[in-house]
Amino acid sequence: MNSETRRWLLWIILIALLLLFQLLGTKNNWFLAYPKGWEVPFSTVLNHAMNWVVEWFGWFFRGLADIFSIPVSWVQQFLQWLPWPVVIAVTAVISWAASGWRLALFSTLALFYMVVVGYWSESMNSLSLVIISVPLAITTGFVFGVWGFRSEQAEKVIVPMLDMLQTIPAFAYLLPILLLFGFGPVVGLIASVLFAFPPMVRNTMLGLRRVPIEIVESGLMSGATPRQLFWQVRIPSASRQMLLGANQTTMAAVSMVIIAAVIGGTADIGWEVLLHVRRAGFGESILAGIVIAFLAMVIDRITYGFVGKESQLPDEEVGYFHRYRYLILGSATALIVFLLANFIPALREWPQSLEVYPADTMNEWLESFVLSWSGIIGTFKSISFFYIMLPVREGLINTISPYSWGFEFTSPLRIGYGVAVILLAGWFAYKRRINLALTILFMGVLLFFGLTKLSWLILLLMASLLGYQLGGIKLGIGTLLALLTLATAGVWTEAMLSIYLCSIAVMISFLVGGLIGVIASEVAVVSKIVRPINDTLQTMPLFVILIPFVMIFKIGEFSALLAIIAYAIVPSIRYTEHGLRSVPSDVIEAGTSMGCTRWQLLTQVKLPLALPVIMLGLNQTIMYAIAMLVIAALVGTNGLGQQVYIGLSDGDFGVGIVAGLGMAFIAMIADRFTQAWNEKRQAVYS
Amino acid sequence: MNSPVKLSCQNLWKIYGVEPDSFFSQANGKVQDSAGHAVKIRDTGHIVACGDVSFDVHVGEIFVIMGLSGSGKSTVVRCLSRLVEPTAGEVLLDGEDLLKKSASELIDIRRHKMGMVFQSFGLMPHLSVMDNIAFPLKLQGMSVPDRRDRAQRVIDLVGLTGREKSYPRQLSGGQQQRVGIARSLAVEPDIWFLDEPFSALDPLIRREMQNEFLSIQNQLQKSIVFITHDFLEALRIADRMMIMRDGQIVQIGTPADLIVNPADDYVADFTNDVPVTRVLTARSIVSTLEDPNQGTDLPKVEEQCCLEDLLPVLAESSGARVCEADGTVLGIVTADNVIRALARETASNEL
Repeated sequence: MNSETRRWLLWIILIALLLLFQLLGTKNNWFLAYPKGWEVPFSTVLNHAMNWVVEWFGWFFRGLADIFSIPVSWVQQFLQWLPWPVVIAVTAVISWAASGWRLALFSTLALFYMVVVGYWSESMNSLSLVIISVPLAITTGFVFGVWGFRSEQAEKVIVPMLDMLQTIPAFAYLLPILLLFGFGPVVGLIASVLFAFPPMVRNTMLGLRRVPIEIVESGLMSGATPRQLFWQVRIPSASRQMLLGANQTTMAAVSMVIIAAVIGGTADIGWEVLLHVRRAGFGESILAGIVIAFLAMVIDRITYGFVGKESQLPDEEVGYFHRYRYLILGSATALIVFLLANFIPALREWPQSLEVYPADTMNEWLESFVLSWSGIIGTFKSISFFYIMLPVREGLINTISPYSWGFEFTSPLRIGYGVAVILLAGWFAYKRRINLALTILFMGVLLFFGLTKLSWLILLLMASLLGYQLGGIKLGIGTLLALLTLATAGVWTEAMLSIYLCSIAVMISFLVGGLIGVIASEVAVVSKIVRPINDTLQTMPLFVILIPFVMIFKIGEFSALLAIIAYAIVPSIRYTEHGLRSVPSDVIEAGTSMGCTRWQLLTQVKLPLALPVIMLGLNQTIMYAIAMLVIAALVGTNGLGQQVYIGLSDGDFGVGIVAGLGMAFIAMIADRFTQAWNEKRQAVYS
Repeated sequence: MNSPVKLSCQNLWKIYGVEPDSFFSQANGKVQDSAGHAVKIRDTGHIVACGDVSFDVHVGEIFVIMGLSGSGKSTVVRCLSRLVEPTAGEVLLDGEDLLKKSASELIDIRRHKMGMVFQSFGLMPHLSVMDNIAFPLKLQGMSVPDRRDRAQRVIDLVGLTGREKSYPRQLSGGQQQRVGIARSLAVEPDIWFLDEPFSALDPLIRREMQNEFLSIQNQLQKSIVFITHDFLEALRIADRMMIMRDGQIVQIGTPADLIVNPADDYVADFTNDVPVTRVLTARSIVSTLEDPNQGTDLPKVEEQCCLEDLLPVLAESSGARVCEADGTVLGIVTADNVIRALARETASNEL
């Protein structure tokens, strides 16, 4: 018996065992549901530890908070004090310097919108947090990046730390920070620095690593001292990558500042959105949501503009004015507008009578929309619910009823289902597609009983075995330990609920997104239309994405699912299109010259070659889905996301952090699995 | 070569692996049987990137190191400049051992005595042509006007006048390498390393650059170590050349030596591709005079004149007198000499 056969046999045994457990077991069997008695009270322990830290070191963190709150309140007061046209003028000039008049116009309109809608002061409060947190995050990121570049040992510590920081859901950060630093805007600041600095670290290390060896050597041969080599050769050569990191860091900081509004008390724009989302005020939350979107887009486009900018020669021939034109122009405009504002009160403060706040109209419009389409909306919702979501979660055995499917799931039907699954699997096994056959068998069992009802023990073993087969003994053991932690912490059921929602979302995102990506790669018009939508979705702070879905489909798992898909579909589209478009042209020419039709070219040449990139897109889709899952908990999902949120709102550190770490574990397992699988596939080719 | 030695490389070893130092009791890298030693080192799983390499570069000489990729030629040149730290051996620049220099002394030497040109140019993407070339001078702390002056001189020398404000990405490959050459010359180095400087360029540009390189060298008379994998390029520019394989020297000699007396089949393999008419010089096929007055009516040719140039002369007359640079007559060549030499070459190629 060769190792292949042994592997298959192992899987068949596991699936058979799973089936056996499911059929024999009742709810209280230890092998079906993890027994309460075996749980370890991690959260209680963590709570005690946290209390201890707060008790003994609280003064230190409170002191830090006091120190940090000084610049924050200065900037806040300053921005509030400045007449709005000054801020707009300065932003416009910066935008112009970054990328040109189009962006200047866009920034002006975007900021003017904030004025007209009447969210100016909230926007400035959010902006002031961003202004303080971004330089802090970039500096922190740069320092760690350089350290990681300099010392391999440091890198070994830094990289897993970054993985943790980036996979632990944003909400889970907030609570410990809240407990340590106390209430106030500083929580948002610290959280956004912590959340935002990792991309800077990664890009700094990457940029410094990627400096071509010959550039370093030519620096050395020019007689550079170590210090000169670093500051005059390595750093400038890596600057583009680092600017890219700075852009990502800025965007992360913006989104965390918005999310931090959850803890309240900041009177910023995030809070405004949250408030209205919870009250289901469609118009209000959209109006405020647009402010956030604009804020994020303006900041993104400006920072990105600087990344793409060609470096300018400091050139003595152009005059003094030309060299400092933006600075001069900016200060001049700001000064003029400032003086004008002293005479024209509307420029100081936008009069309330001129505010345009069409929330009520929008609500009415939505209401009539929902009313007139209620039939279709309801059908869409219930079809997805009864035919996709429930079977995966609870299993067909619990789903099929006269009420839901229109008939009873009688014994002959059940037997028929079983036979159909076995026949299908058998057919594929006969076709030598063993992996597919095994998957069908497993899915057959899963759909019948439901993911949340499956034996934890067998799932644990299956996941570990899969990990072992994909990525070797390390991944296998890692998976086993991580999942065991979930079980012993007593969050197995919640974890399964999260996985269920996530995997449906990922599957739909990947299929639909992949399809759109394929079409976009073939049809230029589609690509042109899809690109700006993707850009917008990606810069949009996460909980703005929730708004339209909640408003139409009401609070609940279904809205959450759609919101997750809306966010997670982006990388699937992007990577698929990119992968297909970057297939080497000589291969395509070779294919064409052999007489491939367009369809053959796509399926036989481009898709196989683009697969690694497309799989990277899948990986990213999973990560995006998990990130969004926590945010979606705001509108009512069960699972770890909700636990994180409960922990936060109850001030229960232990519960929140256990759930947060749980999500991080799941994210990391998913990440390593897809990567390992991809590497394995690639190894076949090279 | 009669001029003094500028750079001397003695028993240079570079071993990669777990314990490279364990193979040498003496830092100067002298071993009894270097080939055997290298085999011993390889057997332990270490890599011999450069094994017992010794050669001298004289003042004003172009010394070419030729070898295929992986033969260790780049390692050698990097050991000479200590971009790569040799495992053992000596590198003497003007009689002083570079390997014994401290980090700061080394920086000083690189700032004033060495210049290096890289295969993929190694230009700073964020600096303009002018700033790239002035970069080594800036590192030395030279004032802005001085370094602009100096840089402008080499810019004119390599023919980049008018492109001072361009950025590397706006230049063609050939122009980028001109920047690389200018930068390496800006410090007015004594010893000039060129690591496959023209390999990344397309053939026409390569030829043009070789010519310009030779004309620059005619003006400046630097001592040069030139790396290439292109045998024809080596022949064109070398005063002397060294062929390497697997980190070890196969043969050192003038281009003609190598072609007439290849040390082994490996060298012969390269020389086979070379049109013999371009390599064989009048000197190598000359027959000595039977009496001093023989052929006084024949035209004179120089001893380095290759067959390609000799053939038109022989078509016009029955023979030619071969002279050294100072006019001393070495002998005469006739069509017979040429035919015999060619026949010998063809026969040896077919064997």
